[in-house]
Amino acid sequence: MDFSYSEEQQMLQDSVSKFISTEYDWDSRQAIAKSETGFSADHWQLFAELGWLTVPFKEDDGGFGGSAVDLIVTMEEFGKGLLVEPFLANTILAGTLIAEAGSSEQKTELLTPLMEGNVQLAFAYAEPQSRYELANIQCSAVINGDEIVLNGHKAVVLNGAAAEKILVSVRTSGDACDREGVSLLWVDANSAGIRRESYASVDGQRAADIWFDNVTLPTSNLLGDVGEAIDVIEMTIDRAALAICAEAVGAMQMSLFKTVEYSKIRKQFNTTLSTFQALQHRMANMFIEVEQAKSILLMAAMEMDRLDGKAPKALSAAKSRIGKAARLVGEESIQIHGGIGVTDELDVGHYFKRLTAIQFSFGSTDYHTARFAAS
Amino acid sequence: MNIDFSADELAFQQEVSTFLAEEFPEEIRNKTANSIELGKDDYVNWQKILAKKGWAATNWPVEYGGTGWTPTQKYIFGNECAKAGAPEVMAFGLKMVAPVIYIYGNEEQKQRFLPDILASNVWWCQGYSEPNAGSDLASLKTTAVREGDEYVVNGTKTWTTLGQHADWIFCLVRTGAADVKNQNAISFLLIDMKTPGINVSPIYLLDGSPEVNEVHFDNVRVPAENLIGEEGKGWTYAKVLLTHERTNIAGVTDSKNRLKDLKEKAATTSDGMPGSHSMLSDNPAWQQKVAELEIELLALEYTELKTLAAVSTGKAPGPESSILKIKGTEIQQTIDILNVEMAGYYGLPFVRDQFMDGFDGVPIGPDQAAASAPIYFNNRKATIYGGSNEIQTNIICKAVLGL
Repeated sequence: MDFSYSEEQQMLQDSVSKFISTEYDWDSRQAIAKSETGFSADHWQLFAELGWLTVPFKEDDGGFGGSAVDLIVTMEEFGKGLLVEPFLANTILAGTLIAEAGSSEQKTELLTPLMEGNVQLAFAYAEPQSRYELANIQCSAVINGDEIVLNGHKAVVLNGAAAEKILVSVRTSGDACDREGVSLLWVDANSAGIRRESYASVDGQRAADIWFDNVTLPTSNLLGDVGEAIDVIEMTIDRAALAICAEAVGAMQMSLFKTVEYSKIRKQFNTTLSTFQALQHRMANMFIEVEQAKSILLMAAMEMDRLDGKAPKALSAAKSRIGKAARLVGEESIQIHGGIGVTDELDVGHYFKRLTAIQFSFGSTDYHTARFAAS
Repeated sequence: MNIDFSADELAFQQEVSTFLAEEFPEEIRNKTANSIELGKDDYVNWQKILAKKGWAATNWPVEYGGTGWTPTQKYIFGNECAKAGAPEVMAFGLKMVAPVIYIYGNEEQKQRFLPDILASNVWWCQGYSEPNAGSDLASLKTTAVREGDEYVVNGTKTWTTLGQHADWIFCLVRTGAADVKNQNAISFLLIDMKTPGINVSPIYLLDGSPEVNEVHFDNVRVPAENLIGEEGKGWTYAKVLLTHERTNIAGVTDSKNRLKDLKEKAATTSDGMPGSHSMLSDNPAWQQKVAELEIELLALEYTELKTLAAVSTGKAPGPESSILKIKGTEIQQTIDILNVEMAGYYGLPFVRDQFMDGFDGVPIGPDQAAASAPIYFNNRKATIYGGSNEIQTNIICKAVLGL
């Protein structure tokens, strides 16, 4: 049992942390979030040069190592800066699927350019009716010889607007919620029959709803075996859930820090807010929530790296607990700031928004509590 | 970063488990399994067995007879003990006064007191709280006035847990003049309970047990050599002790054990819903509460492991240990009330004899259900003692957040 980072992990953390504190101040972040694409192509290139886009991948695939601990080291620092660059959608969602299910040709075609920062990817899995049930898929892919015809509607696809290639979970056989018959394919985003409606999400990121109308593609675009993709999809979504848990831990630390600092400056009744016990205890409670969240994040990451089949239960414990902490810390930060906390100008409200989005992504708090209880 | 045990650690786990199977007395095992209160002899016997093995003082430095274990070894030991139903050692000697003696005591005091604490030859109790000094501990009024080679002690200590068994008491006393600022007038004094002028009277708690006492000091003459460190520094020493006390009262392994027991019983207890004929463990409302509790405990376990890991790199347990106290006691109390909820009607009978050593009648109710409410009532103390949870919150505000 060892709670320390390796030398490589320590260097990774230092490198991301330095970028966030020197290159990603609040005004720069807001300018990027409000730009046309919603992220900085220059930053993306820098991430590639620094090797960050290889973090989720094994050394065999040309990656940094791909451990869950590597992932949380990176995501926690991103969370502190409320990073809007589509790291999650590209590397953790699309990238993990390619690394786990893709052939060596597909890895060369998709994973290599991803790690080099030369392609934007997305993973379209949710549907309007599916909520968090990953096998609830109506999007259909009919295979005819060496051609596939794709039809359906995918909901709230992260990085869906910028993506040049889209991975899609589809039904190739079976009924609406069967685990059998789920397949995975990728499609060029400019293919005929694809319509995208893109929008900003509440947390300043970008997403899109995507419609496929008789889109044709070759069967060589299938990843993994036909009809047997559900396991790899579930594993990928759990890794993404772990990643945003780490992001939440970073965001909560900053939100707490900013709230405590503000309470020491803001005066009412001729004294600073920090002197009122009613507020002091609320901030102490936020601190406890953050510490408990950090602890359970480490637990889940280490369980995930053990590969002994207990990862889903451990991940659910973390997502449930961190979701609860994220709600409390986000809401209390606003309350303690007072009126200024609900303005768009101040950063604290934007931490609150991201913390809220995290609670409802990749399984809500209640979803994961129930999954924990059932497993 | 990983949570796997090394080969050495796995071997250690096996060693602990074998030791417990062979040496942990069947008699004590049966008592804990049946919610029978443990007596003084049970604690003394068990600690003597541990001491003989060299495993009594898991938190002491090796030079004084501690185990020198890594945090992982302590974690393994605690887990195995909880699995075997072995009680934790009495904290007063081993975990509370001993660290103060080996950190601040002189050589003579170390040699005089530490071996008997280790061997469980002497039962210690704590003299901190007073009738008018609870959370505001520094306002304590018991005085120790120096007369030649002695201190003359007058005053009253209260909430003295198991003081009825004690041979010695460690006390915070006021040695400074009345105008000295509260905290700078307090000293740390060790007192033999057999000294004339000491009177112990029991206080009965909500479960009917005389678990705590008032200890009265009437012109009690204590040799000056029993003072630890310097006069007026007692508050500083006590704070160190309280930090140790706080990490001890998280009770993670005990709570894990109780939670496991709770879940097993819920699987054989009807949920009592009309027409459902299903078990409590299948009831969604119950499931949600138990899952949230289990998740909180899991988080706390890792918070404790992080704290232990920091301590092993030479840091004293910091103000973060307040989290362990707050969350640990909240979790204990949640388990307490869930046991009462599960007992249903059989939470009502109050048959104290049933849980006393030597009871040979037929117990009322299933699975010690009747113990649930008294335990719940008694353990409301947990969020109050050791510095109430509100005091812990103040500590976090001041020492961590700088408020």
